[in-house]
Amino acid sequence: MQRELGLLLEFRGVNTHYGDLHVLKDVSYEIGRGEIVALLGGNACGKSTTMKTIMGVVRPTSGSVIFEGQPIERLRTAERVKRGIAPVLEARRLFPRMTVLENLELGAYTRKRGPELAEDLERVYELFPRMKERRGQIAGTLSGGEQQMVAIGRALMARPRLICMDEPSMGLSPLLVEQVFDIIQQINRQGTTIFMVEQNAAMALSIAHRAYVLQTGQVVLSGEAAKLRENPAIREAYLGELQVSAAA
Amino acid sequence: MTLTDVYLQQLINGLSLGAMYALLALGFTLVYGILELINFAHFNVFMVGSFVALGALNLFGVTPNAPPLAGLALGAVLLGTLAVTMVASGLLGVAIERIALKPLRNVRGPAAMITTIGVSYILFNVVLLGLGADSKNFPSPLPALALPIGGAVLRLREVLIWIVSLVLMAALTWFVQFTRMGKAMRATAQDPEAARMMGIEVDRVIILAFFLGSALAGAGGLMFGLYYNFTSYIIGFTAGLRAFTAAVLGGIGNVPGAMLGGIIIGLIEAMGGQLVSASWADVIIFSILVLVLVFRPAGLLGRVAPNKS
Repeated sequence: MQRELGLLLEFRGVNTHYGDLHVLKDVSYEIGRGEIVALLGGNACGKSTTMKTIMGVVRPTSGSVIFEGQPIERLRTAERVKRGIAPVLEARRLFPRMTVLENLELGAYTRKRGPELAEDLERVYELFPRMKERRGQIAGTLSGGEQQMVAIGRALMARPRLICMDEPSMGLSPLLVEQVFDIIQQINRQGTTIFMVEQNAAMALSIAHRAYVLQTGQVVLSGEAAKLRENPAIREAYLGELQVSAAA
Repeated sequence: MTLTDVYLQQLINGLSLGAMYALLALGFTLVYGILELINFAHFNVFMVGSFVALGALNLFGVTPNAPPLAGLALGAVLLGTLAVTMVASGLLGVAIERIALKPLRNVRGPAAMITTIGVSYILFNVVLLGLGADSKNFPSPLPALALPIGGAVLRLREVLIWIVSLVLMAALTWFVQFTRMGKAMRATAQDPEAARMMGIEVDRVIILAFFLGSALAGAGGLMFGLYYNFTSYIIGFTAGLRAFTAAVLGGIGNVPGAMLGGIIIGLIEAMGGQLVSASWADVIIFSILVLVLVFRPAGLLGRVAPNKS
């Protein structure tokens, strides 16, 4: 139903290489405005490369990336941020020796200074009241859950149309994962489109509208999250992951 | 002169040298913080800076035989010389980065560092061939004001060096701590990839680091001339190595560390020279460098030994 609002982000036949290594193989995604779309898959299947390709850290060797109807694959990262794409990076990646407030301010780096920034800061503090208390604290000293809140707050400070999240549940306790996913839903309901890479398939499918499954760089399955939840292949892949982590 | 007076005098001298080394050390630290590159060209940016200062002073009519200036004229000449020197040195640093270092940005290993050594020699030889090997008299526009403190003497030049260094260091600290670009610099130093994904143009941050560091080296070159009353193509190596030691001692990549390290090295040079003999000053300084690298590689104010590659 969200797709009626039109597409926000599209990958059309994207290939990427690291040297000789062919990572993404003719990948196409369609992210509609207002959707939460999950990207599932095991290790080294191209999930993080997808995120880096959206942000412009990795350039596709062929194919195109379309944001709001315009190709962006040749644009620099800063220009993409300005157009409304903000990342929540894998493992949070806060600036560890800067304060919570400074981290949030850097999220709004490409925006003009003005009263709007203060309003957005208040909005982030409303969403995460604890961040307001801790705004002067050095980010590296926060707990993992608090760091994830700051990372999400930092992305919101860019006033993005699209937030790309790389493993938002990584390293968090189950209780915190639930909180984080609640907040993701809340942000989505306020109108921000979410594209998230997630190992925790069960959690991701519980809030996503749609999902893609990536395997060794190729999209092998895609569809509505509710249907994918019932898909035996997904269940098997999910169990397979459990076995891998048990062995590790 | 009593022994106390002698040490007081050496304290004054040491703080002046230290202020100069601190300015120079900041350039190593700013560039290292962003690129993890030890920029040996910095040695001779400092040297070129002292010649730019000399040229600017001549241009403003300050020559060895000219009478000392006072009041507004003195302030204007000093500020003008400082501004010209800092801008020219800053631009030299940026030119070095754009021409010699940017093409090597994605080359792993020591290529970029070796290149900075090459650039350092180019600057050294260009000045040697262009201006000759003899030391140049460095005229001072300062009146010979001196305040006797017991048997020691506090001259106007020392006070000036302290004030200029303090103001520059305070300005840099303010810039790095509170401005948007300063925050972008710190963010880039802490996590370049994440900084880029915030929309920070990392390339601009690199240019800025080279500009600021080289401008401070230029200011250091002016201090050198005012302090020693000469300059020469050769001054870069000794002062540069001591300042580099200061940066490592304070914790390379750490701005307050570079300032602290500079002051400590200046005091060691003056006091150590007094206690043992002046020819031992470098032995003491570089022994300290070795000890720091062995026992506290992160430096006095450093956090952890840098190991990003």
